[in-house]
Parts: sequence; C-alpha cells; structure tokens
Amino acid sequence: MIKLMIDGKTLSVPDGTTVLDAARRFHINIPTLCHHPKLTPFGGCRLCLVEIKGIPRPVTSCTTPAAEGMEVTTTSPNLESLRKTVLELILSDHPNDCMICERAGDCTLQELAYFYGIRKNRFSGERRTYSKRDGNPFIERDMEKCILCGRCVKVCDEVEGVAAIDFAYRGFKSKICPPYEKDLNCEFCGQCVAVCPTGALTGKAWKQRGRQKDVREVDTTCAYCGCGCSLTLHVQGNEVIRVTSREDTLNEGWLCVKGRFGYNFINSPERLKKPLIRKDGKLEEASWETALDYVAGRLKDVRDKYGPNAIAGLSSARCTNEENYLFQKFIRGVIGTNNVDHCARY
Amino acid sequence: MAQSDETKKKVVVRVCIGTGGLAAGGKEVIEAFKKAISDFCVDIELDFTCHYQKVGCRGFCARDVLVDVVDGDTSVTYQGIKPDIAKRIVQEHLINGQPVKEWLIDDSYYSFHSKQMKVLLKDCGTIDPEDIQAYSKVGGYTGIRKILSTMTPEDVIAEIKASGIRGRGGAGFPTGVKWEACRKAQGDVKYIVCNADEGDPGAFMDRSIIEGNPHSVIEGMMIAAYAIGAGLGYVYIRAEYPAAVERLKLAIAQAHETGHLGKGLFGSDFSFDLRIKLGAGAFVCGEETALIASIEGERGMPRAKPPFPVHRGLWGRPTVINNVETLSNIPYIIRNGASWYSSIGTDKSKGTKVFALTGKIRNTGLIEVPMGIRLGEIIYDIGGGIIGDKKFKAVQLGGPSGGCIPDHLLDTPVTYEDIVRTGAIVGSGGMVVLDETDCMVNIAKFFLEFTQAESCGKCVPCRIGTKRLLEILDRITRGLGKEGDIELLEALCSDIKVASLCGLGQTAPNPVLSTLKYFRHEYEAHIKDKKCPAKACKDLLIYSILEDICKGCGVCKRACPAGAISGDKKKPHKINADLCIRCGACFDVCKFNSVNRE
Repeated sequence: MIKLMIDGKTLSVPDGTTVLDAARRFHINIPTLCHHPKLTPFGGCRLCLVEIKGIPRPVTSCTTPAAEGMEVTTTSPNLESLRKTVLELILSDHPNDCMICERAGDCTLQELAYFYGIRKNRFSGERRTYSKRDGNPFIERDMEKCILCGRCVKVCDEVEGVAAIDFAYRGFKSKICPPYEKDLNCEFCGQCVAVCPTGALTGKAWKQRGRQKDVREVDTTCAYCGCGCSLTLHVQGNEVIRVTSREDTLNEGWLCVKGRFGYNFINSPERLKKPLIRKDGKLEEASWETALDYVAGRLKDVRDKYGPNAIAGLSSARCTNEENYLFQKFIRGVIGTNNVDHCARY
Repeated sequence: MAQSDETKKKVVVRVCIGTGGLAAGGKEVIEAFKKAISDFCVDIELDFTCHYQKVGCRGFCARDVLVDVVDGDTSVTYQGIKPDIAKRIVQEHLINGQPVKEWLIDDSYYSFHSKQMKVLLKDCGTIDPEDIQAYSKVGGYTGIRKILSTMTPEDVIAEIKASGIRGRGGAGFPTGVKWEACRKAQGDVKYIVCNADEGDPGAFMDRSIIEGNPHSVIEGMMIAAYAIGAGLGYVYIRAEYPAAVERLKLAIAQAHETGHLGKGLFGSDFSFDLRIKLGAGAFVCGEETALIASIEGERGMPRAKPPFPVHRGLWGRPTVINNVETLSNIPYIIRNGASWYSSIGTDKSKGTKVFALTGKIRNTGLIEVPMGIRLGEIIYDIGGGIIGDKKFKAVQLGGPSGGCIPDHLLDTPVTYEDIVRTGAIVGSGGMVVLDETDCMVNIAKFFLEFTQAESCGKCVPCRIGTKRLLEILDRITRGLGKEGDIELLEALCSDIKVASLCGLGQTAPNPVLSTLKYFRHEYEAHIKDKKCPAKACKDLLIYSILEDICKGCGVCKRACPAGAISGDKKKPHKINADLCIRCGACFDVCKFNSVNRE
C-alpha cells in the first residue's frame, strides 16, 4: 500500500494505482473526458491535470502512478483556468447543438460545460465539417461531435481485439475513421458507442426515440446466447428504445451486436408469442400444453414406427449449458439415439 | 616511352556531394571532369593520374558546387562550379598548371571559416562518406577499440559525464546522466536509438553529418551501446533524406563486411547490430515517445512521461535515444578525452554546436562553432551580414519550438542558459536570419502553421489551441485583428505551454511569445493602425501612383495582372483600389519609383 496526500487528505491505496483512481476511490472528483476505467490511460483531454509538489508543471492524474508521500492538489484557480481553456477549445470545435442531440442529458461534455459555466467562449474559428454520413446499418457516426478522446479506438483494440478504427491525419484535421475512410464494416458490437462520452457515436435506431431523462431502465438478461450478459433495457412507454449494460455486471458492461442492437423483435408485429400448429396447411395458434403434447406424440409415433435412429436432435447456442445438457440427455436417454448435434458446430 | 600510371603523380579532384552539392550538380561535375580528362587523353599523354573523391557537406552551401583540386601539398578550391567549367579547369589548371582565377573561392570563404571550430565537420567534407576505410584512416573506430580493450561501461559513462556534453537535439539534457540511468535500469534487453528525424524548417545539421560522415554516428552508437548494455540499435531517419539513408545503408553494409558490426567485435565479447527505420514524414516523431511508437509500428503519438524511455522505452525496454549530432560527438570525446572536450565552450555548455545558417544572410550554410560564441559573430563574421545591405531584424533559433532574438541581444553568447533567457532555445541548430522586410507577426504565423499541421492530434491544447492561435495571427496579418487579440494570444499561449502533453505543444507558442516580447509594436501596428511596418502583409498594403513623378510610360499598366491601372500615355496613371490585388507588380517594374506602397 502507498500513502499519499490528495487535497490535504491522507489516503492509502494499493501499489500501481494512478493518482486519478486514488482520488476517485475517496470520492475526490477530477474531471475527465478521455479516461475510461477499463481502458489504458490516454492523457489526451488534459482535464485531469493536477499539481504535485516537487513537479514543476501540472501532470495528468490518469497517467501518473501514485507514489509514497506524494502531495497532490486537484483544484486551484490555475488548474480550473486551464480546464476551462481546454473545454472552451473543445467547444469552439463542436456543433453545440445540444437541443437536438441524442445524448443531451447523458453527455460528459455537456455536463462539464454546465459545471464550468461556459456560456461565452473566448475562442472561435474553423470547425471540422464532415458531409458524408456513414452508411453502416447500426452505428451513427457524427464525427463533428467527436472530441478525439480515443476511447472508441482503445475499446475496439484492447477489449474487442478488432482495431476497426484508428486516428488518421494530423493536427486539427485529425479524425477517427476506419481504414481508407470507408464506411464502418466491423462486427458492430457497439462497444465504441458504449464508451463515447459525447454524441459522436450513437445507435442508428436510437434517433429521436427519446432522451435519457424520459426512459425507464429495466435490468434483464440477454437471451441471445448462453453467456447471459446483463442488459439494461431503456424503456419509454412500453417500448424498448435502446439497450445498454452496466459496468458492475458479469459482462462488465460489454455487449455484442445482438445484445446491443438486436432488440427490434421485441415490438415486432411478426413476433411469435404463442405456439402455432399447422392444420390443413394453415398455421393455427395453440396452447403450450397442446403444442408440447402434439410434438411428444409425433416423436413417439416416428420412433415406434421407424426406430429411434429415424430421429435427430439439433440444439441451439441460444440455450445455456444446462439446457443443452438436458437436450442431449433427452435425445439419448428418452428417444434412444446418438443423433444429436448443435448449431455452433456449423 | 610512356610513363606507367603508377609512377605518375596523383591529382585529386574533390567534389561536394552533400544534398546541397548534389542539387547544384555535384555528380554531373564529377562526370564532366572524367569526360574532360578522357577527351584530353586521346590527343596528349597526361603526366598525372586524376582521382575523384566524393565528400559530404563542406558547409559553404551558398557557393556550391565546391571543388578542391589537390596536387601534392597544394590544394585549390573552386566555387560555383558547373559541368561546363570542368573542361577549362582540366586544361588550364591540371594540364597547364594555372588555376582558373575567376572561379577560385573568394575571401568570404575564409571569413566564413575564421570563427568556426570544426570537430564534427572536420572530416565531413574531406573524407569519402561512402568508404569505411576513409573514416578509419582519420582515426575512425579507434574510440570503440579503445573502450573495448581498456574501459568498463562505467568508465565510459564517467568519461562522457566528465566531458559535459549535453543532448544536441534541443533539450540539452546531459548525455552521460541519460546513459547512466539506462545502465542502471532493470531490463534483459536494452536499446540505443539514434534520432535522425530532423524536421525543423531550415535545419540540416543531422542530415549533413550522416551524409558526410555516417561512420562517426555508427561508432557513437556502438560506444553508447557498450556503455548502457545494448546489443541492438535503431537509426530512426526521415525518408525525405534519401541521400543520407543510402549512405547510412552503405556504411552499415561496409561495417558488416569489415567486422565493425556483428558478433564479438574486435576480439571482445561485445556484439552490436544496427537497423534503420524510416520515418514517414511526421515532425512529431522526433519526440522520443512518439518515435518509439513509430518504430513499434504504431501511429506516432507521444505518451505521458514518466516512465521515461531510459526505464520503459522501445518494446517496453530501457532505451537511450540520442540525437545524431550528440552521437557523432562521442567518438571524438573518447579519442581525445573528456578534458579536451570540456575545454571547449563555457562553464555549463561544452563543446561545439553545429548550426544550419539560413535566411537573409550572405553566407548560408552549415557551420560549427564553439559554444559561447556570440550571436553577432555568427551573423556578421561567419555569415557575412545581411544580403543586399538591408537592416538586420532578428535571428530565429530553435525552429518551431524556438524564438526570435532581436538586434540589441546579438551579444548573447550561444549557450543553453543564455539563449533560453532571451525566450528562444538553442534547439537542434536551425538559425534563420530575418531582415527588415520580414514581418514578425507573419514569422510567428509561419511557425504556427507548421506546428499546427504537425500536431499529432492527441491532446486538446495542441490540436485545437494551436489552430486558434494561428487563426488569430492570420486575422491580424489580414488587418482583421481586434482589440484584445494580443491579450488573448498571450493567455492562450500560456495555457498551451502548460497544458500540452509533449514538447511539441509545450513549445509551440514560443515563436508567438518571443515576437510579442520584442516586436509587440508590430502586432499593435497591425491591429490598431492596420499597417504592416515591414510591408510584408499583402492585405494591409495600399498601392498608389504619385502623380507628380509618374511619366505615364505605361509599364505598370502592362504589368498589372488585374487590369487595375488606367491612364493615357505620357499622363499620370491611376490605380483602382477596388481592382488592385496588391501583388506589387507595378511597384517592382516602375523605373521612376512613382508607385507608392504603404
């Protein structure tokens, strides 16, 4: 353990903790935009600058490891003035269209602008403009709102291992884009959307469906596969308009394309809600009891007439291990055949 | 009976093939000499054999191509030689023994060298950079042999520390201290990296050293590797230096062939090998953490320090990154001893420094001076003063990270401490001389244009801050400056300096701050009076014709590309201000000085 002093408080933190993490552990707030607790430190936004006794210039707390006896100051007129300048600079190259932005009310940049009371900006000038809209089906990339914090680049590389996007160009023209600036063509897990602190990355399906303040959050489990990731459904009225996941869950807040974007079936008019049995070439609704009896009867008929090897069972990756185990047990033990397989083999 | 070639006397024709020499036609000059000799051979038998020696930069680039004719003990230098002059030199000088007077180097060549002290550049320009033997003949590779047989790595570090040499890349960090930290750092593998990503506008010191004496850099890296415990080195060199890259490749290949690189060198158990990594033209890759990222195949973006590269560098291993000029000094320090080196220079700034002298100065070129020389001596004695007898205004040191030093500070000695006190930095050695026609706001804008475009984009103050600085400077030079702009510039400069991640952003405001410090009145004139005192900012100029002087010759009318000038022949002409594009064509062509510019 290391003992250090932050804003006059003596704290004790494990070896290897950064100054930022040490402060947050004890609820001392240091503003950040590019930092994400699950990603390697970046040190780009410069908001988390702190003063450390003995170091002549402010340093980024997200990249500085806490050291024994360190004396840290997280707020001073000088630091706050630097932070304000940084925010003003970011806002001088931002559409500032919070009135129609998807992320209004759920945007770190907006929060900080509010906190620092930036109404008048000393800086103005050229803004980056991008005329082309990304044609991919899932992720809206409004790059004019991108503050180049690099979180999306890091999550794609460090968590997904995909590296579908990276920084391109230099200076003011720097931007984050897929190779050759083509449309995004990745697996669309949407982790980049999950970590974006502004409205630069959102789900295409989210558009104008409701702001964060109006949604009810319902925690549930993803039914797409046996992993069972925790989902938080964002519900407005009786409709799911967005899916996210909390960081303090088994899946640490990470989701795949299905869990994050595959929720359209919920309110689809074509969604099957009851079993259907085909009678005289037409599908007719039936109760679960009738349907199961019907299936059991037909399986029994086939087995009696043609023998158990006339039947084969194909199981699903959407089932849990336990369900799959029971299914093969049923095919082997009850039906009496080894003709059992699983969709994940194909 | 014909004399055999062996018994004939040897005449050496030495031609500069540094990038300056090449650009001026160095290779063609050699070919022309060869052709002239073989042409004469047909008719007469020559009583000498002619040998050609290609050498690196001789410094006096303003008079390239420079050619030495060495005949026994006498050496004659020619300047400004073109291929068609070669024949005359062969006939009159080589054959008839009469040097061609009109092409001989003039006095400025001697005054150019008078106050210089050539250590690194001594061999650069006299030896063939494409021949390892040439370097060996002048004492090359004796430094590494000496330490391998007589010195421990700790001894070497102590020697380098005692010499007092400081990093020549710009920051001036003591080299020995850096080596010692890396020597002591924990790590199974260590690296030595040579930073040859020289990117300051107007700087060509490192390029010239590699082009002119690549083996001195290789030997310096070997000595460093031995001292810190590295077995592999990288030279990170910009791809825009094709001649330097070729020479370095050749030097490495020759070093391999002759047992100067590889395993178990010079009968010791020390092994060392060298790789070249080409930079893709990003200025920021001269910053050491960005350079490491670039070698590792990542985008060249700096990261926060600590950890410093001596603890966690290339591939996460302890790494020393030294500049070309620093490394090139090392063999000379080892050969001649620390006390020799520390006897040159001042108390805290030892040795010599190479500068690329450019701008509005008579003798542009590459110079090497002892630390402590005064700026004025460089500009007037070595540089020969300002071109066209215009008035000196300032000298820009340190490139985009540096600043402008005005007339009244020309007595400043060139040392790390004294130059910093003026608001500039010694930097890597770019020295751009400005005269009265240079607008200082425009100069600041020029450097900001550069840093702004070369910012890696990672941190906000540098990426957006320098852009906003540039925009403010731009509006000032276009006459759109507002009251309060100077104060806004100062506030933003100070915040960018403190809040930026790496050296690029932290020093990017220096050109603005130093020009504001010494030439604030020029900023004020632009903003308040909408005038450019140097008459360089086009948008602020007004052209008019002085009717009482104008002869009505019509030359200006014909020269005007915008059709803005009207008037009848032999009657005073007029400029229509609405049509005038302020190109200055009328001003330049008028023989009667009747065009007024203000």
